Amino acid sequence: MKGNEALGEAAMRAGCRHFFGYPITPQTELSAYLSKMMPKVGGTFLQAESEIAAINMVLGAASAGVRAMTSSSSPGISLKCEGISYIAGSDLPCVIVNVQRGGPGLGGIQPSQADYWQATRAPGHGDLHAIVFAPSTVQEMVNIVFEAFDKADEYRMPAMILADGMLGQMMEPVEFPELKAHTVEKPWATNGHKGERKHNIVNSLFLQPQQLEDKIRERFERYAIIQEKEAKAEEYLTEDADIVLVAYGASSRIARSAVNSARAEGIKAGLIRPITLWPFPVKNIQAACKSAKAFLAVEMSMGQMVDDVRLAVNGDHPVHFFGRTGGIIPSPAEVLAKIEEISGGAK
Amino acid sequence: MAVVFEKPHALADTTFHYCPGCTHGIIHRLVAEVIDELGVEGKTVGVCPVGCSVMAYDYFNCDMVEAAHGRAPAVATGLKRALPDNVIFTYQGDGDLAAIGTAETVHSATRGENITIIFVNNAIYGMTGGQMAPTTLPGQVTQTTPYGRDTNTAGYPVRVCEMLSTLSGVALAQRVAVDTVPHINEAKKAIKKAFQNQLDNKGFSIVEVLSTCPTNWGMTPTEALQWLRDNMMPYYPLGVYKDVEEGVKK
Amino acid sequence: MAGINMVFAGFGGQGILFAGKVCAYSGLMEEKEVSWLPSYGPEMRGGTANCSVCISDEPIGSPLVLTPDALIAMNIQSYDKFIDAVVPGGVAVIDSTLVDKKTERQDIKAFYVPATQMANDLQLQGLANIILLGKLLKETGFASLEAVEKAIAKCVPPRKQHLLEPNMRAIKAGMEA
Repeated sequence: MKGNEALGEAAMRAGCRHFFGYPITPQTELSAYLSKMMPKVGGTFLQAESEIAAINMVLGAASAGVRAMTSSSSPGISLKCEGISYIAGSDLPCVIVNVQRGGPGLGGIQPSQADYWQATRAPGHGDLHAIVFAPSTVQEMVNIVFEAFDKADEYRMPAMILADGMLGQMMEPVEFPELKAHTVEKPWATNGHKGERKHNIVNSLFLQPQQLEDKIRERFERYAIIQEKEAKAEEYLTEDADIVLVAYGASSRIARSAVNSARAEGIKAGLIRPITLWPFPVKNIQAACKSAKAFLAVEMSMGQMVDDVRLAVNGDHPVHFFGRTGGIIPSPAEVLAKIEEISGGAK
Repeated sequence: MAVVFEKPHALADTTFHYCPGCTHGIIHRLVAEVIDELGVEGKTVGVCPVGCSVMAYDYFNCDMVEAAHGRAPAVATGLKRALPDNVIFTYQGDGDLAAIGTAETVHSATRGENITIIFVNNAIYGMTGGQMAPTTLPGQVTQTTPYGRDTNTAGYPVRVCEMLSTLSGVALAQRVAVDTVPHINEAKKAIKKAFQNQLDNKGFSIVEVLSTCPTNWGMTPTEALQWLRDNMMPYYPLGVYKDVEEGVKK
Repeated sequence: MAGINMVFAGFGGQGILFAGKVCAYSGLMEEKEVSWLPSYGPEMRGGTANCSVCISDEPIGSPLVLTPDALIAMNIQSYDKFIDAVVPGGVAVIDSTLVDKKTERQDIKAFYVPATQMANDLQLQGLANIILLGKLLKETGFASLEAVEKAIAKCVPPRKQHLLEPNMRAIKAGMEA
């Protein structure tokens, strides 16, 4: 199954019956899949007039208490940032998929990871975060869709799945877990008070500065819990690694191939693959600092996640970077050459 | 003692922040009376705009959602698709509905979303202090048209009901005013119809209410009402622009 | 690591992505790890198209194949682009009806199959891709014939069931070519 289609099927199995989107390459198969499947289960597939409208439809549906999703690719996500900010500011859960392509501007349509900063630093204006997941296989996309909906509901905040054109377009075998029921109570939902409760208000406007600060501080207490509990990474051959590569999504697969080649040459390389980008798996990096001599961030960008690696390493070891951008997928050979350079040549 | 006048239940018992002489209060009351009369407060969700009525979520007793500037029809679309049996309305001003939110307005209309839109047109941006609105009249002086709206550079005002009435998804497009008692009664009838249409699944219904802004127009409330009659009504004639009795839904 | 990395390349419309898909599904039928990664975008619309297919006993690292163990080339552009990238000892299967070049490389096994001509002769129009896949199967053994047949049954959509038998014939024609 194609990555994009797997995302769609997983969303439906996770109980999502409301999808609002706008066509953009390379995520179109997701919309196409849901436009075919949603009517069969009485769900909503709506092709909106714009990315902005789509994310605001998600806001409306999320206000009603249902699981809602939208998807796009980089330029479209920029347009959605307004709505993501309002969703975060209104404490609403939803899932946003970004199948990244090259930027800035119209950029290109080939795979990229250049939206890391946007996703983890500023998915909208204001003090806010979205939980950001980074799948690296089609199977993991499926599992992460379930988790993204669950965590969004649990913490009442937007969750973003940061994929890329390679993962969206590629086909791999995939299995779907058993259907999980949607059990989270949403007493805050604006679905009509039926005369049984006080009226609910979904709102991000707080004109009194103290009130707004209190609201944001409360949200950041939740963010702190998330940073403590939800950061996730996969480690590969890190126990004895001298050089620890850090890479997520598509580039983590390239990095893994390069690690295998390096090991074959006798270079002790390992890989930390962040599965959540916000919160960033700081503890994994710090644990690796004990035995590692150097880190190497591999990205399909000019170096964005490498900032978080440096923050986590905190000056203990050199942090190197290798990246290709503009839609170019780095080759394992290029990454291997960089590993060899760091280790002082092949051993 | 017999009660002869009281607040509608759907209207919150609180002090509104609107300026003296502003007609938002009347329009809020009409919406709340209609919600009461139809007995739908418990299943109604309102969507507020950005603009003077940005805090309307505190003024109604039904569930309320605050939308981003211009996005109320998109938010209402999301709500209605998730809650098809509920009553969803938006309450929007002219800048919100006819400038920054034109796309959302036009497309929710052409989709025939089964929602109700209350559109308050006072020909000016009130909350930000009186700038030109998409409905500001030719020659009208505002903070950003200090020499009067020059149609050569600032273009022409948008006639929303006329424009939307060309779309197949629209079940009701009617323009009313709240300058006189007969007009207020007429406005209430239109608003009630726009809500009833939704209950009858007839499709997109919009009521445009010509309204005053004495503060930013720089007039007394009475002068403002007269200005509305003399200047707005000729450009924005009252009336029913579209009314599809059988609805637009198959 | 036991595995094979392949590139299928040609014009859009030649069924090059479909051939790759059948190949990947064949690996899946044998419960191997597989991946199929297409090129996408404007080039899909009538220009050159290609896909990377990996079949392996281990989890697949990079699904993008830059140095294939095996190549199918169905036009000159694809031949030119990929023939030098084939790893030493690798296999190239070339549609010689459409590619009138021969490689000077001695370190790869190149097979020139007039697949498009054969397809016309055998009443297998549009199945040159599958004929080449049959040849690839014979020369690399990326899966068993049985697995390939199952994969074809899986990949041919229900409304095109009449194409099942010609696809099976094309595989065998390719194996015998």
